[in-house]
Amino acid sequence: MTSAPSTNNKHIYLDYNATTPLDPRVLDAMMPYLRENFGNAASRSHSFGWAAEEAVKIARQQVADLLGASDKEIIFTSGATESDNLAIKGAVEMLAKKGKHIITCVTEHKAVLDSCKYLETNGLADVTWLEVGKNGLVTPEQVAEAIRDDTVLITIMMANNEIGSIHPIKEIGAIAHEKGIWFHTDATQGIAKLPFDVNDLNVDMASMSAHKIYGPKGVGALYVRRRKPRVRLSPQMHGGGHERGMRSGTLNVPGIVGLGAACKIAKDDFDKDQAHYKALRDRLEQKIRGALDHVELNGDDEQRLVTTFNISFAYVEGESLIMGIPEIAVSSGSACTSASLEPSYVLRALGVGDDLAHSSIRFSVGRFTTEAEVDAAADTVIKTVRKLRDMSPLYEMAQEGIDLSSVNWDAH
Amino acid sequence: MAYSDKVLDHYENPRNVGSLDKAAKDVGTGVVGAPECGDVMKLQIKVSSDGVIEDAKFKTFGCGSAIASSSLATEWVKGKTVDEALGIKNTDIVEELSLPPVKIHCSVLAEDAIRAALTDYRSKQNPDEKADSE
Ligand SMILES: Cc1ncc(COP(=O)(O)O)c(C=O)c1O
Repeated sequence: MTSAPSTNNKHIYLDYNATTPLDPRVLDAMMPYLRENFGNAASRSHSFGWAAEEAVKIARQQVADLLGASDKEIIFTSGATESDNLAIKGAVEMLAKKGKHIITCVTEHKAVLDSCKYLETNGLADVTWLEVGKNGLVTPEQVAEAIRDDTVLITIMMANNEIGSIHPIKEIGAIAHEKGIWFHTDATQGIAKLPFDVNDLNVDMASMSAHKIYGPKGVGALYVRRRKPRVRLSPQMHGGGHERGMRSGTLNVPGIVGLGAACKIAKDDFDKDQAHYKALRDRLEQKIRGALDHVELNGDDEQRLVTTFNISFAYVEGESLIMGIPEIAVSSGSACTSASLEPSYVLRALGVGDDLAHSSIRFSVGRFTTEAEVDAAADTVIKTVRKLRDMSPLYEMAQEGIDLSSVNWDAH
Repeated sequence: MAYSDKVLDHYENPRNVGSLDKAAKDVGTGVVGAPECGDVMKLQIKVSSDGVIEDAKFKTFGCGSAIASSSLATEWVKGKTVDEALGIKNTDIVEELSLPPVKIHCSVLAEDAIRAALTDYRSKQNPDEKADSE
């Protein structure tokens, strides 16, 4: 295994869906472009520019190779948020004469939700917001039923960041293609964790981000299909006409080199990474589910990213749970840990009650996670949940067979 | 969120966690709050024949500040008479634990839990008098 990036942090990082550390091999590839090879990839008249241009060309091919695409179909951006914005707003603007109906789902990342909302609020699009099932998934049938004569775009994420549920992208893409509708997927969480091929999956646009796949933050890409259909987008960033006019701005050469290197490693190490993720995720999951009763998996048991495990602990309050595991870096559905003071909208969409949403934890493992870390994290979580349940009047009542929903609570 | 040292101490080493026999005549039980609000406190007192609270236990479902407030409440009621215990105010708890404004409701709930337990105890002593509902 590649050695982990060195860190003096004693905390256990199990939040790889939020971001990943730079793979040291990626940093090595980037370094020359942060030092001596500082040229502007658009400078055609000297060797500084040529070196940068050549590096970007190689990176573009590396990204394309991971996606099963051609290098001409890769647009570099500042990350998946920008890619989502460009795909959705750019397509709707481009197709304004053809129609203005788009289809998405309620558990998308905010970058997709808010792009769609922006279009809706400004009268630029009619949006169908598909609900998800208890497992967090939309079905191809739901998508097919939502299609109208004026539907121009379907955007459904590949895999959900919070619960890891994997949508039936290939089937949805086939429906879109049959109807001549463009299909975009936010593949930020799917790429490098699932087999990915734009042709196999019938995808016309795909968003991705480097920092979720051991590359640097602030760089990403949008795959834009060139043939059948030829997708053209209205630029959302105007300027010097970079990236085939779709995204102006001097290229972030070191970032792009990092993204390319990260994609190459993801492709070369795919099987090894998969086996590693699955072994550790399953180990963590089995330990926790084996030791504790009254736990609920959030998301789909089968159709789920191998890195991800989102679980709710009944009869335990979320903030006290997080307080008990300060050395473990995880995400929580608890309102107290988010800026919004609302429990997760994704868990709500699955029909998870607020109490269980508050006591949810998302664990996500990665390339540098070790067995020892997983074991220590599982032990701490189990210990904390047991301690809090020993202290919980609700757990006591549940053990006594009292139906908590029948209790006349003195709510304030 | 940053917690005060005292909240952390009560969270790490909660005092008097447990349950007393709620059917016993010398035990008063108060259960306040609701699961959907994120806090439920159960506070119990055991009163000696001379009217002194000789034991107190709690169980709390809630954030660290709620746990600390109820843990502290059990510490404070012990050794007090029923009337003295009624004098414990939520503001005393806020001060002792350095609770931030968003956590004041935890102290209110702890005061309510004490009162509910005392009311329950009193109604058991004078079954004819209707407990004054506050
Ligand atoms: C599914 C999904 N889409 C989009 C994003 C945004 O990516 P970025 O941070 O590169 O803008 C993220 C990560 O936060 C994500 O998980």
